Amino acid sequence: MLELQNISKTFEDRTVLDDVSLLVPKGATHALIGSSGSGKTTLLRITLGLIPFDRGYVKINDQALLSFTQVEWADRIGYVPQDGGLFPHISGMNNVALIAKLRGWRRAQIEARVEELRKIVDLDPEILTRFPREMSGGQKQRVSIMRAAMMNPAVMLLDEPMAALDPLIRRSVQQELKSIFQRLDKTVLLVTHDLGEAVFLAEQLTMLHEGRVVQSGSYRDLLLSPANPFVSQFINAQRTLSEAGELQ
Amino acid sequence: MRRTAIAVLVMAGLMPAAVIARDGIVIGGKIFTESYVLGEMAAQTIEADSSVPVTRKLGMGSTGILFEALKSGAIDVYPDYTGTLAEAILKKPELKSLEDIRGSLSAMGLTISGSLGFNDTYALAVKEEFAEKHNLHSIGDLIPIESQVRAGFSYEFMDRKDGYPGLIDSYHLGLGPQNVSRMEHSLSYQAIDQNAVDLIDVYSTDAKIKKLNLRLLKDDHNYFPVYQAVWVARTSFVQEHPHEWQSLLTLEGRISEAAMLDMNAQADIQKMPFDKIAARFLGAAAPSSQGWLHEVAHRTREHLWLVGVSLLFSVVVGIPLGVAAVRFKAAGQAILLLSALIQTVPSLALLCFLIPLFGVGTKPALAALCLYSLLPVVLNTFTGIRAVNPTHVENARAFGLNRRQVLFRVVLPLASPTLLAGIKTATIVSIGTATLAALVGAGGYGAPIVSGLALNDVPTILTGAIPAALMALVAHGLFELLSLGLIPAGLRRRP
Repeated sequence: MLELQNISKTFEDRTVLDDVSLLVPKGATHALIGSSGSGKTTLLRITLGLIPFDRGYVKINDQALLSFTQVEWADRIGYVPQDGGLFPHISGMNNVALIAKLRGWRRAQIEARVEELRKIVDLDPEILTRFPREMSGGQKQRVSIMRAAMMNPAVMLLDEPMAALDPLIRRSVQQELKSIFQRLDKTVLLVTHDLGEAVFLAEQLTMLHEGRVVQSGSYRDLLLSPANPFVSQFINAQRTLSEAGELQ
Repeated sequence: MRRTAIAVLVMAGLMPAAVIARDGIVIGGKIFTESYVLGEMAAQTIEADSSVPVTRKLGMGSTGILFEALKSGAIDVYPDYTGTLAEAILKKPELKSLEDIRGSLSAMGLTISGSLGFNDTYALAVKEEFAEKHNLHSIGDLIPIESQVRAGFSYEFMDRKDGYPGLIDSYHLGLGPQNVSRMEHSLSYQAIDQNAVDLIDVYSTDAKIKKLNLRLLKDDHNYFPVYQAVWVARTSFVQEHPHEWQSLLTLEGRISEAAMLDMNAQADIQKMPFDKIAARFLGAAAPSSQGWLHEVAHRTREHLWLVGVSLLFSVVVGIPLGVAAVRFKAAGQAILLLSALIQTVPSLALLCFLIPLFGVGTKPALAALCLYSLLPVVLNTFTGIRAVNPTHVENARAFGLNRRQVLFRVVLPLASPTLLAGIKTATIVSIGTATLAALVGAGGYGAPIVSGLALNDVPTILTGAIPAALMALVAHGLFELLSLGLIPAGLRRRP
């Protein structure tokens, strides 16, 4: 379970997040949506423990972020950056195994875990021997998911998982991603500006606008009883952009 | 950081070993033919009479370097001239007699021998044809053509009060400033020979005066001081080595102007080695030379040591400084500015500044090389790290790498191509700059270059310059290989 409660954050005089709360039950997939400047990136960095916040708390399974060091917290939350964020200088295998090695895992233990995850994300073993520049967008993303899941975190956090993918393969990757989430059986938070993607992957949505939560609920709730004109505006704008069929 | 600290300590421990152990008597000499010949003569005279080992540090640059070396004990004896001592060292040009100069020097813990027998004063020289054309016999005859005569004067002559500045005052000579160029003394002969200049300063015993058929202009005002050649030594050396000092004194009054000019001609024109010239004059057999291969091997070892130590320093100190420059903004700018500032100090001037701190020999040369090789490493570390995508650094922290792991696992590997390029630049610059180390007696490939320059002898220059160029080529190749091992495979260009 991931719980963000009453989070506020001010940069100098500018309020970036104002009393933001969000709850992802264990095993659920939740999407945080908002346009650029909504504060979603700041919320993501706070959730990862990268920047301090002024008020509120972040908890994973009832344990608060502030009671851990950055290194301890990192093992509880697996992060998949935008575009995979693989380190370009090391192979896919070494990207996946980096943290386990630094934590002193034995070789056999590492190999077994990598093999387990490789099956979950359905990746050809040869891909792991490649360097990131030799992988396709979809391959990078799967390797990045393996890396995030390596230490068996309670929560997975994905930043714009589809943004960098070719529109032609988006649909099939979305399908695969959905089944990977099911097989991993983790609490997942997606951060995205893309409503279609959020609706497809997540059961519940939280919409952020100008640092505040404007509405939380299922897509149906947002569509049928929007909390304010902004929500309907956002939804209508994205509907005209994407294929209506994807939003059923 | 602890590993770095240990490396620095190890380096500090090695430093004393870098200084070639002080052994027996050290003879110094300046960077011109006559000083090489006299230095060699002093060394052979002592060797003939005494079992104390003698080290030659000839071709050590100008008066300032030799004087610092003598005071600090890096050398024991070197040949100089009374006029130079009075003007450049004692700053008392009014002192004329040997006794007065000796008296003044004793306050500084130094002493001089009697005159070795000849006067090597400054003189102005023009080509015989030029002299005929303008009817030049004395310095005063230059006045009618003062606005058109092109002069090439040595750096020392231009700067010394008893050189150019005083000459102008004494003769009311108005040479056009745009017509006066400063040049290395041995190059001025070439310049006048090729008619690039009309007037040069010479030492009155220079062999080339005869070879190039130059006319010395008479000094009607007796402006140039007397330059009697003498041995200069520390008083303490004379007390500790009375027997050896006595041997040197046997040369007093023995070298006539004609004999000196002749010996200079043997070196400059007949290209005879200095040790043979000295031996012939002393009536002794020339010391057996060990062959050029041995010489090159010896110089290579010295050069490699200079380059190797300065390189190690630049890596061990430069990389942490570059990292610090990124992390601490204000201090970082200061670090970058300072290392850039060092780079702008001319190498010879830097060596001069370092002599009071480090003496003469390998130490100041190493210090200068370390300082010079710092900038490329610091700057490239800084630039390389700054060019690393900050997203990778933030991601690494999100994955749970601590600061140290972020630096060593992500930042430095990603910056490594730029970093290695900096180390490579430092190495190649250092191989070139190390040739100047010979001017402070540190040896290396600079030694043949410096003595070749003094003799204007291109083959001798090449015995230093070619190996130095080869070393730079080898270094370039080694770095290409090294980059295969050090730059992570994911960042390398695909074959």
